Amino acid sequence: MSDLNAVTTAEAPGPAANRPRHGSSPAKPRSLAGDAWLDLRSSKIFWISAALVAVILLMAVWPSLFTSAGPRDCVLANKHAAATSGAPFGYDFQGCNVYAKTIYGARDSLIVGVFATLIAGVVGLLAGLAAGYYGGWLDAVLSRFVDVMLGVPFLLAAIVLAKRLSSDPQSNGIVAVTLTLGLLGWTTSARVMRSAVISAKGQDYVAAARMLGAGAARQMFRHILPNSAGPFLVVLTILLGVNIASEATLSFLGVGLKGDAISWGLAIAEAGPSVRTAAGPLVWPSVFLAVTVLAFIMLGDAVRDAFDPKLR
Amino acid sequence: MFRYIVRRLLQMVLTFFGATFLVYALMFANQDDPYQALVGERPLSEAQRAALDAKYHFDDPFLTQYWHYVKGLLTGDFGISLTNRSINDMLAEAWPVTIKLALLAVLISAAIAVSAGVFAGIRRGGIFDHATLAVALVMLALPLVALAPLAQVIFGVKLGWFPVTVTRDAGLYDLLLPALLLGTVVFATELRVTRSSVADNMRADYVRTAKAKGLATKRVIGVHVLRNSLIPVITLIGVDIGALMSGAIIVEGVFNIPGVGYQLFKGIRLEDGPLVVSFVSVLVIVFLVINLIVDLLYAALDPRIRYE
Amino acid sequence: MNFDPQAPLLQVNDMHVEFRTRDGVARAVNGVNLILRPGETLAVLGESGCGKSVTAQAIMGILDSPPAHVTKGEVLYRGVDLLRLPEDERRSIRANRIAMIFQDALSALNPVYSVGFQIGELFRTHRGASRQEAKRRAVELLDQVRIPAAKSRVDDYPHQFSGGMRQRVMIAMALALDPDVLIADEPTTALDVTVQAQIMGLLAELQRERTMGLMLITHDMGVVADVADTIAVMYAGRVVEYAPVYDIYARPAHPYTKALLESIPRLDFKGRGLNVIGGLPPALTDIPRGCPFHPRCAYARDVCRQDPPPPAYQIASQRIASCHFIREVLGV
Repeated sequence: MSDLNAVTTAEAPGPAANRPRHGSSPAKPRSLAGDAWLDLRSSKIFWISAALVAVILLMAVWPSLFTSAGPRDCVLANKHAAATSGAPFGYDFQGCNVYAKTIYGARDSLIVGVFATLIAGVVGLLAGLAAGYYGGWLDAVLSRFVDVMLGVPFLLAAIVLAKRLSSDPQSNGIVAVTLTLGLLGWTTSARVMRSAVISAKGQDYVAAARMLGAGAARQMFRHILPNSAGPFLVVLTILLGVNIASEATLSFLGVGLKGDAISWGLAIAEAGPSVRTAAGPLVWPSVFLAVTVLAFIMLGDAVRDAFDPKLR
Repeated sequence: MFRYIVRRLLQMVLTFFGATFLVYALMFANQDDPYQALVGERPLSEAQRAALDAKYHFDDPFLTQYWHYVKGLLTGDFGISLTNRSINDMLAEAWPVTIKLALLAVLISAAIAVSAGVFAGIRRGGIFDHATLAVALVMLALPLVALAPLAQVIFGVKLGWFPVTVTRDAGLYDLLLPALLLGTVVFATELRVTRSSVADNMRADYVRTAKAKGLATKRVIGVHVLRNSLIPVITLIGVDIGALMSGAIIVEGVFNIPGVGYQLFKGIRLEDGPLVVSFVSVLVIVFLVINLIVDLLYAALDPRIRYE
Repeated sequence: MNFDPQAPLLQVNDMHVEFRTRDGVARAVNGVNLILRPGETLAVLGESGCGKSVTAQAIMGILDSPPAHVTKGEVLYRGVDLLRLPEDERRSIRANRIAMIFQDALSALNPVYSVGFQIGELFRTHRGASRQEAKRRAVELLDQVRIPAAKSRVDDYPHQFSGGMRQRVMIAMALALDPDVLIADEPTTALDVTVQAQIMGLLAELQRERTMGLMLITHDMGVVADVADTIAVMYAGRVVEYAPVYDIYARPAHPYTKALLESIPRLDFKGRGLNVIGGLPPALTDIPRGCPFHPRCAYARDVCRQDPPPPAYQIASQRIASCHFIREVLGV
């Protein structure tokens, strides 16, 4: 039964970040993850959000499946032209096909979101695991450092860091924004990981592993991690949505993507000034962005509900 | 309580130096050309260069530079912007309208979010609960950068219900639309925290006791559940302030409201380094102080901390 | 409300309670009958999940509905069926006539109000007393439950009291309005053994002073022997044996009661192995057909595995047991 579950989850349309849950705890019979999956299977919200995420991923990987027009086939004569069959969302101020630009925008938006979340996830995982497992001065130092980071409102820190990282005027800003969001976004996941590890460390099965002579690394990665993974992955799923939205904000402020990058955030930022003449170039990327963010947040919420029996 | 306050104050001091150091280091540490970090690509006159040197001491070791910067912050001397204006004056001019905007935003969104959260929490799983959660999710997902220009066009330009831009001495009504938009950045968290706090407390043992005491439902909820549920909501104010600052940069930018966020927005666009560093630092300090006050308020409201 | 002074103080007839959840219907109480007289101590005994707490909360009317539904039966207080009363009249019964104390006083008391406020609240809402009057009465009550320096402790918060003192605060709160019936749900389970004895002694004393009926819910046979007059043993939402305390200890009539007694460690049996009851109580969503105890019962035969469950046989006056093989169990 649980073997079957593990297989079906791996094939279920879900974000890449959501899969290691089963990879890291292979077929634990009646584990927390197994129970959660049983619960998830009957959740409508889970399936809707997972399906949306799948479509958006497909859009990012294979945009030409959705449109035959190119995002850079811009003719100034088409400036703010009305919708046609090839351009159902009309044209923007540079005469670019808004539909094509929006479809192609998925890629950079997701690249920034996914990689920033991966960076935040790895840093948060290591920091939280180390702080929670070793405790003592390491925990004190890391916890104070997180306090300090949270002492600076996120966007303010992001503005300063993104500006610093994107000093090269030739770059399109993708690396800078990804690094910015990744390096600033790990605090929540580290906190969640730390408290999950601390509670897992007190469990009898970890004590048993320790008495049987398991080393620190084995205890952490074989015994503690699989059982702390649930809440951690939920935080990351939601962070993914937040990161995609943050890219838009940074691009709007002029410290985000630029140049040859195509993203929803950049499109929103570019369309802002001329929104009074044509709302479409602003509305469509916003809708795609909002639906994507919503899909990731709902996915995280559904998984959280499944992991938290108290809320049932 | 006394030990709590002392501990919290020490923590605040640590966080102050940590956070300001972080901001300063992000801006200037290991910078090949610190002048470029401040002014971007624009040409720099000798006089401007000298002024920047006097303010930032780029020839000194990094820690000494940081020390000068902190001294400036603590003595309230923020220097001048690249547009040759006193940053102190700019701040003094910008604060009032931003505070008005932020207060209005918090009052409106908190009033709606907390009362909706209370009702949703009491009837967890009901229609109202699901509906408010859906609204909160949509607000969470719609980025302000998209929402603000859209609302400006629809309610300001097309319908003409609200002014499209706001001046320095704007009345409350002029600020209403920007405040509503700004409020959306904190609405979802306030609603969800209130709701889950109320829902948790509804199932608490002391609620069962209160019912066994023959109290009316109104009193069980109004006196016993609410007091317990709203204490954690207070701590949200601290988090909210951070989100409001971020939101204010966008909303003030979109509506041309001459507040702190707008100056920062312009500073970023014009690559005015001295202005950005000073404004960010001041906002960080405000953020830390408000969080300190919120934590002390929390301690005063919760007897378990008050009598620690 | 027309109370009949001749009617029994509290009588529960054929009460059924079920919890309707997403995972199915849990039948927590399946036809409980109880009777409580003034000055009497009735112990309701059983393992966790046998329905004893649900029975108590259904009598109080404080079960959350949904998911809980009282589907059948009556709860008679002096002849008036509380289940049929409108909510506001029902509310006036609570604390005034029937009061309840709970197991874990730390979570049962509101952490953000002083104990004086929480006790005084009863006088203010039910009696319309002023703030000062309510506080004065609260001090009196704290004094009556032997809390030292009551006057200076009335403004303290629950977390500032020790476990035993907190339970005394709970008792003071329950007795504030002079109820006729006190339901105590595992009042000493969370406490140290020495404190347990003090609290039970206090309860017994206060009961004697006021000739209250005390319904004591517990899983501890040791507590029961000292204070109870009558014992109702519950299993899977039913009362399986109902008898005066002396009879039950001398000659249990139900295999479950017998097994419970044999599982108490005794000094005079030193050296012998302890008898434990094999198996687990049934899941309330899936109670076995026939006698619900049959999977764990040493006396079980085919008749026990068929429905319906055994009727309650009257053994003597005030003695009831529901088992097909009472004679074998009693050894007559």
